[in-house]
Amino acid sequence: MLNRNKAADVFDRIQRYSTADEVEALFYAGHSSLTRFANNTIHQNVAEENSVVSVRTAFGERTARATTNKLDEESLKRAVKSAEDIARVQHPDPELLAMPASGGKNYGAIPSRHFDETAAITPEQRAEAVQKVVSVARKQKLTTAGIFSTAELVEGIFNSRGLNDWHTQTSSDISVTMLAADSSGWQKANSPNVAHLDAVALAEIAARKAVESASPREIPAGKYTVILEPAAVLDIVGFMFFDFGGLAILDQRSFLNNRVGTKIFGENINISDDVGHPLQSGVPFDGEGMRRQRVHLVEGGVVKRLVYARATAEKMKKSEHRDKVGVVEPTGHGFPIPNEMGEAPMNIVFGASTDPKTVDQMIASTERGLLVTRLWYIREVDPYEKILTGMTRDGTFYVENGKLREGVRNFRFNESLIHMLSNVEEMGTPVRASGEESFDMVVPAMKVRDFNFTEVTKF
Amino acid sequence: MGSKHFQPTWRVLCSDRSRALATKNGKISHASDGESLGIGIRVLADGAWGFAASDDLSRAAVEGTAARAVAIAKASARVKQQDVRLAPEKPVTAEWTTPCQIEPFTISVAQNIDLLFKIDSELRSVAGVTMAETNMNFRREEQWLVSSEGANIHQTKYSTGVGYAAHAFAGSEIQKRSYPTSYGGQWQNKGYELIHELKLVENARRIGEEAVALHKADQCPEGTFTIVLDDAQLGLQIHESIGHPIELDRVLGMEANFAGTSFLTLEKLRKLRYGSDLVNVVADARQEHGPGLGTFGFDDEGVPAQCTPIITNGLFTGYLSSRETAHAIGADRSGGTLRAEGWNRLPIIRMTNVSILPGEEPLTLEQLIADTDQGVFMQTNRSWSIDDKRYNFQFGCEIGWEIKNGKRVRMLKNPSYSGITTEFWNSLDAICSRDEWTLWGTPNCGKGQPQQVMGTGHGAAPARFRDIRVGSAYKGN
Repeated sequence: MLNRNKAADVFDRIQRYSTADEVEALFYAGHSSLTRFANNTIHQNVAEENSVVSVRTAFGERTARATTNKLDEESLKRAVKSAEDIARVQHPDPELLAMPASGGKNYGAIPSRHFDETAAITPEQRAEAVQKVVSVARKQKLTTAGIFSTAELVEGIFNSRGLNDWHTQTSSDISVTMLAADSSGWQKANSPNVAHLDAVALAEIAARKAVESASPREIPAGKYTVILEPAAVLDIVGFMFFDFGGLAILDQRSFLNNRVGTKIFGENINISDDVGHPLQSGVPFDGEGMRRQRVHLVEGGVVKRLVYARATAEKMKKSEHRDKVGVVEPTGHGFPIPNEMGEAPMNIVFGASTDPKTVDQMIASTERGLLVTRLWYIREVDPYEKILTGMTRDGTFYVENGKLREGVRNFRFNESLIHMLSNVEEMGTPVRASGEESFDMVVPAMKVRDFNFTEVTKF
Repeated sequence: MGSKHFQPTWRVLCSDRSRALATKNGKISHASDGESLGIGIRVLADGAWGFAASDDLSRAAVEGTAARAVAIAKASARVKQQDVRLAPEKPVTAEWTTPCQIEPFTISVAQNIDLLFKIDSELRSVAGVTMAETNMNFRREEQWLVSSEGANIHQTKYSTGVGYAAHAFAGSEIQKRSYPTSYGGQWQNKGYELIHELKLVENARRIGEEAVALHKADQCPEGTFTIVLDDAQLGLQIHESIGHPIELDRVLGMEANFAGTSFLTLEKLRKLRYGSDLVNVVADARQEHGPGLGTFGFDDEGVPAQCTPIITNGLFTGYLSSRETAHAIGADRSGGTLRAEGWNRLPIIRMTNVSILPGEEPLTLEQLIADTDQGVFMQTNRSWSIDDKRYNFQFGCEIGWEIKNGKRVRMLKNPSYSGITTEFWNSLDAICSRDEWTLWGTPNCGKGQPQQVMGTGHGAAPARFRDIRVGSAYKGN
């Protein structure tokens, strides 16, 4: 697999081939494997190795990028030439900054996210874990489907001003769905360290949900108190974080337009972006090589700060919005240049409640409501009120008088995130959660009043 | 490596070349070229599948990748109910290339950027437009498929995509209009000629004006109404509520953990009344269907492109199948729909061009509206969502128009509609004819684990639906 020394050698060659004023190379490489099962059978089982270099060249105020997965001389020369040819015909952009010579403020020590055991997992070991999941399914007369994946990945950046940075990590995911005749249950977990994943425990919880939600009853749509498990919280709140970039405000496409500094969520909502958090994962530098900073985005329900790429911070300082958006400085959250989106916080950590409750405690304190395992196919209906639509899935339960009563048919929701995060009555301890609609983050389970379900589906 | 129990499929993508250009508010927001080359090896060993892919094409690395695929297949075989069974397919040696009048990579980047800036300038010339975005994308994908059964197929596919959007933020609303449709515009398996066909600059000012005008429009009312959908929105409706549920891997539970399953269980074939008599849908990968993103010569198992009747005069008549799944519906041959995103992905069942056929009686959009007493005409998708069995859906559109006594009488903002798939398709009572039919491209269909993004095609003409729930998206908010 590509390592830092080899990448440095490739970058030396790229620099030699280039005639641009400045040049940058981003490296992405690794090997990944995924064992997929359905109908109690491993039906897809894949492995991949790949190394990609993405070359950016800049001539004064013009820049462009070309990418290749071939590191031989001819391919690298072709990539450099493509990047230069496209850059040369750009219209000048006076806001384009020179490449940074260093990554700026160092966050400090970040926990190692590379685990040899995870990198070395074999197809046989994954099959063995799947076999155990299938055994849980068989015991309950259920059918199971899911994945067990592992990867070892590197990401690096070099530029002609001397900046270079490198990150190595492993990742592992297990996701399990259990299917009964008319019900289902689901669980998913993700960690850089495969030793932290327990396939059997996940399978048993998913199986219990499938069994307990059998013969789901149809109850009418309407506003309900909901208990959202962490994966459900993650998948819905993930839709707002691309609006926390400075460029989203400058573009006037953010739901935070004219709302930074105001209290738009409940007092109990505190959100940070923190790449170094022990439950977080990911690369500690951004698409230009700037080191990611810890940023307190929301404090006591008030949107306090946004994140910034270097160029966005410069632009914001000169804009009419500069006095209304809190501290403006590069935070190390930019995407590789050039890009449309600017930046976004990608290592979200929700603050802990002063009085955390378990999901069972939330159920016990609920007179009438719903427990939601997972949300699905979430899309934005209204970009400024942040109304999202989507479905419940794989384990939706009616709660009455403090008890889980029965499974119910799945609902469609149309709910404003502003409304939802203003109505959080109770929260659990934040955990590393993983879903399918958003990136992994550290979030709690939440009990939310008046969650807006508009329709019921057929199952 | 050639015995009946061991069937490798070699798949190479060479010179997979792409170009992506985009502007935002008068500046380049994206400018890149990409190349990717590698080999993916799919094997059947001990009755189970293994797949390995590598960017290293040296002899030693390819042999190592093949060995890894075999080891993976043998591990798969430890957790199986039965051996994989493949429908037979006569191996062929063939060449196939997308008909392409103008090779897109021969057009200078400067010319492309000039066009995007011209559009951008038209959009931003409208007072009230707060953000203008444009994009242009080209791809040339060259693929060699070689199998131990004897297939040797070389295909070269071109695709082109282009589109733009105007956003207008004012007060407490962000409104948006897009052209030719939203989320990247129109995409087809064509060369640069697509860019010339779309009258991009000519429509830009109107799009900007509509984005701003939406702020003054009335909110689309909530209730049960007749709706008329434009062809682009109907294309996405087909994608979500017909294209996905007919995927046989979903039906058989193979996607249950991620994309979901399907309400179209096997006993419904040739029995379910999917839609009204006017609903005729095909899955057609053949060139004669048009330059859709689902058009090809052969799928990734070497099965030739076919046309499968999916809904015939309203009756459900067919699934999208592969060699592994064909037997489940009693078919003796695959429907030819197995495709992979690239050399590093396992091919899975994907939509080809799943299209509704136009009405046989001449009917223009204006005639359809003139024939409608009361209703809402909705254009251009803004949001889409459907449950994991594909029953309940909800779509939002960028713009609506109230129809009264056969005329468009006022603009409506935030239109949306929702329903249950088969109830919806059974409520179709008119569809426009061939002149109004367009083969739209959906470049971003996600499926599989690891997720694969695939282009699919959807031919559609404007159509009318009766008694549809409108406005639920804003109900209660």
